[in-house]
Amino acid sequence: MYKEPAIPFRGTKEQEQELTAFIAAHKDEEGVLLPSLQKAQEIYGYLPIEVQTMIAKGLDKPLSEVYGVATFYSQFSLNPKGEHRISVCLGTACYVKGADKIMEGLEARLGIKCGECTPDGKFSLDSARCIGACGLAPVMLVDDDVYGRLTVDELDGILAKYRG
Amino acid sequence: MLTIQELNEIKKKKEKLVAVRHHRNDNTPNESGYKYQVLVCGGTGCTSSGCKGVVAALRSEIAKHHLENDVRIVTTGCFGLCALGPIMIVYPEGCFYSAVKAETIPEIVEEHLIKGNPVKHLLYQQTVCDDGSIKSLDETDFYKKQLRVALRNCGVIDPEDIEEYIATGGYQALAKVLTEMTPDDVVQTLLDSGLRGRGGGGFPTGRKWAFAKASVSDQKYVCCNADEGDPGAFMDRSILEGDPHSVLEAMAIAGYTIGANQGYIYVRAEYPVAVQRLMIAIDQAEKLGVLGDNIFGTDFSFRIELRLGAGAFVCGEETALMTSIEGHRGEPRPRPPFPAVKGLFGQPTILNNVETYANIPQIITRGADWFASMGTETSKGTKVFALGGKITNVGLVEIPMGTTLREIVEEIGGGVPNGKKFKAAQTGGPSGGCIPAEHIDVPIDYENLIALGSMMGSGGLIVMDEDNCMVDIAKFFLEFTVDESCGKCTPCRIGTKRLYELIDKITSGKGEMEDIDKIKELCAYMKSTSLCALGQTASNPVVSTMRYFMDEYIAHVQDKTCPAGVCKELTSFEIIPEKCKGCTLCARNCPVNAISGKVKEPHVIDKEKCIKCGMCMNNCKFGAIVKK
Repeated sequence: MYKEPAIPFRGTKEQEQELTAFIAAHKDEEGVLLPSLQKAQEIYGYLPIEVQTMIAKGLDKPLSEVYGVATFYSQFSLNPKGEHRISVCLGTACYVKGADKIMEGLEARLGIKCGECTPDGKFSLDSARCIGACGLAPVMLVDDDVYGRLTVDELDGILAKYRG
Repeated sequence: MLTIQELNEIKKKKEKLVAVRHHRNDNTPNESGYKYQVLVCGGTGCTSSGCKGVVAALRSEIAKHHLENDVRIVTTGCFGLCALGPIMIVYPEGCFYSAVKAETIPEIVEEHLIKGNPVKHLLYQQTVCDDGSIKSLDETDFYKKQLRVALRNCGVIDPEDIEEYIATGGYQALAKVLTEMTPDDVVQTLLDSGLRGRGGGGFPTGRKWAFAKASVSDQKYVCCNADEGDPGAFMDRSILEGDPHSVLEAMAIAGYTIGANQGYIYVRAEYPVAVQRLMIAIDQAEKLGVLGDNIFGTDFSFRIELRLGAGAFVCGEETALMTSIEGHRGEPRPRPPFPAVKGLFGQPTILNNVETYANIPQIITRGADWFASMGTETSKGTKVFALGGKITNVGLVEIPMGTTLREIVEEIGGGVPNGKKFKAAQTGGPSGGCIPAEHIDVPIDYENLIALGSMMGSGGLIVMDEDNCMVDIAKFFLEFTVDESCGKCTPCRIGTKRLYELIDKITSGKGEMEDIDKIKELCAYMKSTSLCALGQTASNPVVSTMRYFMDEYIAHVQDKTCPAGVCKELTSFEIIPEKCKGCTLCARNCPVNAISGKVKEPHVIDKEKCIKCGMCMNNCKFGAIVKK
């Protein structure tokens, strides 16, 4: 169900131009909706209803269809992400090595649930489906940094690095 | 346009450069033109453990000593032994350095690359014999029983250089097919080889191609399924990262066979390295002329486009994948019509998985008999497995079909760490099942795994030990399928959810014996009535754990205990007063202040307050806290 996001949309003219240009260039290709959403998320970082509306208009598709595709795939987020994005791998290899404890530890320390963003916009927390670093399980990613063979005790130290 | 003669010239020019990388401490002369070649694994596993820093350190040391003309640094795909990353091999000796740190690079450059003395204490210790001599990597437990066919170029060539692929015989199969074989010959060769789909189902590849070839249409498509969604599996990613051209070449062969001029690779956006290497590979192949118009001067033209998956497990199902390429919600379609008749954009289409494609060029060049000589009666060739979980040598292995699970776990995998006991291995991910210790000696092939209630799957192999609760594992996979069910058909959308709730009830200690019957009934309905394989197989982890570990389910339901001590609601922590020294460490670490006691006196846990996080047990230095 659609929920009004807590953080208002702050898109710029330049961002809109970039998206419109992409849509104009690829409008007639088959299967263009998915690449358009991927491009839009690359530009804006997430897909608020305002951006979905732009895509619907640009591709001449009903907004319901755009929303349907945007909510189907886990890559797309309708909510803004934190300044630092944390994702904990909950793939099988990490799970059997205790990744759930890492997730709980982060939720407790950040005071948010998986899928949410801290009120100060500093961290967002997500689960990942296997980033393929099974040799280092359990693993978490903070932005592009990989932390492997993690224990709960290390979490405070890691978070402190990004609180800056 | 590239001619076959020009292709052979490139091969000849680069052959010696690459040949040396097959040296294993033998005395074959090094004619590569370099004194040393240093191969550093640039796969995702080693990238995560810091191989970029290693490469940077190597470059700066080599520049410092002016060795640019003597030493060649090559970033390759996965060597397989991800647990020991970053990995580096120095040729011509074939010295295998494991867990390399940037700080140790100056020593390696100084001692090995300048003075010629391998730095033994930094080598993978299994390759250093008691008498100080260095043995070949192929003789180590991890590699000894492996046979690399699909992975043959991974960890050998630079995946970003098409000429290195050509040097190992790349694009020869395509040349042969276009100039010497009819489409029917190709189909017959695949049928004779016995190759079956490596993505899970195991359908004979030759038959699939024959169907698509028989369909009449002006436009046909060749698709590659690189949407490796099974959590804990990274076979396809490693092939794409280590040897992308093998997939492109096979797709072009498929295009020629069925009469298609367009291919699509549907690859997970979560695999940035693989996506990048594929883009480079397609670009190089087009520039050279092995993809594009009139390949090798024939009238065959073929192009390949990438489509990025957006994170939906169901898109691994063939019809869902095509729906997704068409730009819609990735929901499956009923079959028939099968994709070979009506697939992508309504046209005849073949879809194969990455590993299947990676086998094909070699089947063409080395012959169907060669391929069929490996494996078992019904399953030919090799299979790549991503070994993970409670196993020493986590990584990527390729074994001939018919190898036993015991060989994989105990020999190649190095056994279960920390002296724990092997309990079961899960294959086939959320669609598969577990193989318990009592069946560890069964040879692995398609039929045997199905008879055991599991399946080959795409190749994830997760090892579990005595500390894993099988009911909890079943719940883990169900949670995944609940999340990933696309919602199109009722048995899957609602069935997975209800099944999850029943299992959750059991792991929370509220289960009743009749729930077990309900679960069995629901599993059977989901299997027989779901639209696609996701729903049809979603119950497999439950059915399979019930088949082998019913005692654990009953313990959860009747005795309200979790034998492995995993399910929180069914476990409790206690302090053994005789062992407790009263150091207060547990009380200080308890996040909910559930532990009380005076200094130097035995402490007590308040079970009402305890949240069972285990912090006390982890911190106790005297082993005085036990989980029951």
